[in-house]
Amino acid sequence: MKHLIDPTDLTLEEIDEILKLAEDIMADRPAYAEVAKGKKLATLFFEPSTRTRLSFEASMLELGGSVIGFSSANSSSAAKGESVADTARTIEKYADIIAMRHPKEGAPLVASMNVDIPVINAGDGGHLHPTQTLTDLLTIKETKGRLDNLTIGFCGDLKFGRTVHSLIKQLSRYENIHFILISPNELQVPDYIKEEVLDKNGADYREVERMEEVMDQLDILYMTRVQRERFFNEADYIRLKDSYILNLEKLENAKEDLKIMHPLPRVNEISVEVDKDPRAVYFDQAEYGKFVRMALMMKLLGLTK
Amino acid sequence: MLKIDAIEKGIVLDHIKAGKSMQVYKYLNLDDLDCPVAIIRRVKSNKMGSKDIIKISDKIDVDLDVLGYIDPNITVNIIEDSKAVEKKTLALPEKIVNVERCRNPRCITSVEQELDHIFKLVDREKRVYRCIYCDQKAGK
Repeated sequence: MKHLIDPTDLTLEEIDEILKLAEDIMADRPAYAEVAKGKKLATLFFEPSTRTRLSFEASMLELGGSVIGFSSANSSSAAKGESVADTARTIEKYADIIAMRHPKEGAPLVASMNVDIPVINAGDGGHLHPTQTLTDLLTIKETKGRLDNLTIGFCGDLKFGRTVHSLIKQLSRYENIHFILISPNELQVPDYIKEEVLDKNGADYREVERMEEVMDQLDILYMTRVQRERFFNEADYIRLKDSYILNLEKLENAKEDLKIMHPLPRVNEISVEVDKDPRAVYFDQAEYGKFVRMALMMKLLGLTK
Repeated sequence: MLKIDAIEKGIVLDHIKAGKSMQVYKYLNLDDLDCPVAIIRRVKSNKMGSKDIIKISDKIDVDLDVLGYIDPNITVNIIEDSKAVEKKTLALPEKIVNVERCRNPRCITSVEQELDHIFKLVDREKRVYRCIYCDQKAGK
């Protein structure tokens, strides 16, 4: 594992190692406070994403390292027309590891093909977001105690939601996972995910339109936002954005040990009243994201406690 | 019956699926060659019903990956002294470079012109290739 561009690049053993290390960090934070001393993370964010960038930065700072970077294409040399490869080759001279977010799909892969230091894909357009996937896996493992034998409902925008696609790809590699895909017809999981991931792995899945129909069966409910920027047409966005809103009433038949996840930011797809329900774990999920990024950067940099 | 002379030295691409010869011609850039090239379309074939054949009367380096990508059933016969001296069989290549262009407007290749357009084989049975950068299906 030299870079992390696509979550499926990781073997199940590598994922297991990262999650175990994250758990160890959570259990004994002072032991890891200086493991990255003298190391620099470059956060190259060609499009804004406060949450992911701050999570990466907090992770490196908690490991005792330091951070350089930019947070929009306007403040980078990309505004002058520099290629991704050239930017990466230059930054390689200043930093030990790169976390890159870019609006164009595949940009972090291009960077990784041109440098010797590790590159982490921090989101490339609507394509992949592997550290979110690791975050989700750690959250499931921590809150459910396992990554197999689960019924998971994905709800909302399943067509454009990259976090959903990545997580489905990963979870379909584990034993006895049942997927319930809850979305309007317009926002169903793309055919290629069904054919090349679910069917190929022999995964059990079904598609429904209403979350109430399946709420009592779920071990995990993964909510997603209907993202304005993924739509080409404003009218479609307005028509569909309120379709799938989770509130306490809809949770009435849910299992006691259900866990409600969301990659955040939330707009209105989960009512604020749900936040107090012990089954809501989406803010814990953000914290798990920090620990899993700490573990990932340690692995990529070859650091030990 | 149409008569095309046998070639003395060169390459015969046989068992091309009927109607696909122009695609092969284009992908192999045969237009750039100075030597005679014969495209024979829809000839009778015991095995295939009908097929296309391309005869190139010069020994050029044929990109077998490109041919394998278009159709792995094509046979490549190397001709010397009017005799077939070698028959090459094709396989689906694991990846193709600058054969197809990625048409996804969100792909990094859409804005960075110097990048190679690379597709990798993801489903051998269905012959599906996807862009290494954005996972767009080839030919879409």
